[in-house]
Amino acid sequence: MKPKSSQTPDPSMAETFLKYAAAPESTRQIRLRDQYGLFIDGTFRKPESGQWMDSLNPANESLLAKVAVASEQDVHRAVQAAGKAQKKWQKMPARERGKVLYRLARLIQERSRELSVIESMDGGKPIRESRDVDIPLVAAWFFYYAGWADKLQYAFPGRETTPVGVCGQIIPWNFPLLMLAWKIAPALAAGNTVVLKPAETTSLTALVFADICRDADVPPGVINIITGAAATGQALVHHPEIKKIAFTGSTAVGKWIQKAIAGTGKKYSLELGGKGANIIFEDAPLDQAVEGVINAIFFNQGHVCCAGARLLVQESVSESFLRKLKHRMSHLIVGDPLDKNTDIGAINSASQLQRIKEYINIGLAEGAQMYQSHETVPSKGYFCSPTLFTDVSQSNTVVQEEIFGPVLTVQTFRTPSEALEKANNTPYGLSGGVWTDKGSKIFQAGSEIQAGVLWSNTFNKFDPTSPFGGVKESGVGREGGLHGLYPYINLR
Amino acid sequence: MNMDFHERYPIDEVGVTERVDRLNRRSIKKESKLSGLKLALSMIDHTTLEGSDSPGKVIQLCSKARTPFAPMPDLPTLAAVCVYPTMVPVAVKALEGSGVHVASVATAFPSGLAPLSVKLEDTKYAVEHGATEIDMVISRGKFLSGEFQYVFDEIAQIKEACGLAHLKVILETGELQTLENVRKASILAMMAGADFIKTSTGKVQPAATQPVTLVMLEAIRDFHQSTGKKIGMKPAGGIRKAKQALQYLVMVHETLGLDWLHKDMFRFGASSLTNDILMQIVKQTDGVYQSSAYFSND
Repeated sequence: MKPKSSQTPDPSMAETFLKYAAAPESTRQIRLRDQYGLFIDGTFRKPESGQWMDSLNPANESLLAKVAVASEQDVHRAVQAAGKAQKKWQKMPARERGKVLYRLARLIQERSRELSVIESMDGGKPIRESRDVDIPLVAAWFFYYAGWADKLQYAFPGRETTPVGVCGQIIPWNFPLLMLAWKIAPALAAGNTVVLKPAETTSLTALVFADICRDADVPPGVINIITGAAATGQALVHHPEIKKIAFTGSTAVGKWIQKAIAGTGKKYSLELGGKGANIIFEDAPLDQAVEGVINAIFFNQGHVCCAGARLLVQESVSESFLRKLKHRMSHLIVGDPLDKNTDIGAINSASQLQRIKEYINIGLAEGAQMYQSHETVPSKGYFCSPTLFTDVSQSNTVVQEEIFGPVLTVQTFRTPSEALEKANNTPYGLSGGVWTDKGSKIFQAGSEIQAGVLWSNTFNKFDPTSPFGGVKESGVGREGGLHGLYPYINLR
Repeated sequence: MNMDFHERYPIDEVGVTERVDRLNRRSIKKESKLSGLKLALSMIDHTTLEGSDSPGKVIQLCSKARTPFAPMPDLPTLAAVCVYPTMVPVAVKALEGSGVHVASVATAFPSGLAPLSVKLEDTKYAVEHGATEIDMVISRGKFLSGEFQYVFDEIAQIKEACGLAHLKVILETGELQTLENVRKASILAMMAGADFIKTSTGKVQPAATQPVTLVMLEAIRDFHQSTGKKIGMKPAGGIRKAKQALQYLVMVHETLGLDWLHKDMFRFGASSLTNDILMQIVKQTDGVYQSSAYFSND
């Protein structure tokens, strides 16, 4: 009898394989409370306002928890608690302050899976990013500034440093826990205490972090977390006992803060909007540059202030580069943020999705050619296809204004000087990217592009040792590195 | 994009490694995993290339290629058996009617350091005795000393000697060292008439790596874009685990697409990969791992 063999491969094998069956991260271990009060003086309290707001999962619009809305009175109580705690915190041996920060870092590492899942549920970002980027960086930031706590005299040789006092910190919704780390770690290392307000759509990881503060024996009042919307933030900015405001968010609000605190003597650092240019020269490693463009604009659904939102590509390679880019975009997976294979999760809120859609309509109305890699996206939840605009010019709205979504504009240039001129023709100055095989071009771009951060042959790389911040309308002050201590100290 | 192997095509090694790392984060589960494993099984060039090879050893290998795992008769056969030229007649006889191809290395494998006339004879011998696929090596010394036209002409003549047999061109990327050399050699080989490009002989370390394979897949994609010709890819050497095989398939899918997810366009050159894939298929089907003693070591 002839042995049974000679099986030809079944064509559906390949098709079943490439559909990548769902691989969701489990949420079984996640225990969220029904409601979260305000974390003041080491305990959760109900808001004086009696008001609560909903925190939604943007991927399916379900309610995750109710979160307190802090009134002016609540803000006052938090600032008072921080003021009382600051006197002791400042006098504590610096090494002990460092230990507290190390404990926070280690507990964040221990609970990293839980924090990643909550970050993705609350904010819509893919678990691949919250697990591999956000939460590891959060721990790294605390570890890094823990090290500075007892070495400030080496950071500023020959000078005496004193803390600023109580700091009011307002953070955005794009990297909720990471922005908290950027703000709290250097402030505490330098001997300050803080009142921090998370963004209204993404408060949950900050509130879980409040639990971690208790486990880490952070003295009551050193870290206070008050939730709420714009009015809460305004009350914090206006409070007379706040000595420093640290804000990350839109340029419009940044300008309002500068006006509001003018003449009060409050220190401030602002990290605002951006419209970064990503320049591809003809001698660039093109296949790797494609990946760099993907990381520059589609990382975190494009909700990145330093995103490379404007692609400038040299005419001689623009056709092949765009073909490669579109091919790469077609393999991005848009969908459930908790699926380990998802590349692009949910837009953070209904209102942000609305804003992005408005910009897409403006782009079309102004005559740009649109390419969307995904004809359909999930209908439940807030999703947006990765989008390219070609045939745009410097005068188009979509080129000038920050969209804060997965929308890339593509312009071409002929000479290096034309590229640099276009890169700088914006009120913003946060980030830039340059792709070339030639070192001299990198140095030229580095000295001529007006931006706080410039990446060469890579994009969107962050490290606690590296200062980050903007010029022009993208902000003042630096976060990260030694520079990140300046906003939180007075030097004598 | 016009194809010209003389033109420099910059490649950033850090960027390639990052891309590979991201591709490796794809999580292949459930029915996708089972289909991927069977697909990988069907793409294996089951290989023995030892000085000690004998007809008996080759017959055992052929038997495994026809029936990878008797308890599961519906599994696909392996794609080919890959042997030295003198073993071709044995393999042809053992694989008769099975649909499994007979591949032969040729051209003074693995060094390639023989006169062209000897390489042509070597190739013709294998083809005349029934090999339907020829795995040739390029002259790496000539390539590294810049004699690209020599390497090109050599491949073109071997291709002619192959007649109807498919030609796989081994670049021996471990000796070419840089990714830019790998790219250049890939384009050169495809222009000279390769049906497949292949990473390694398996005799030099490192053999197949993911960064090298990615660069070759991207070269195949650009060559297809420019000429309309679809060239196949074969990483060989060092791929021993089913998980690695799935990672390679993800790379093929996201670089080249569905058309390359077929044994006519993609092969694994391996010997121990087969059993690891079989173990994983049994695990996916039965839910438990079996002892390796249940799988024949051929």
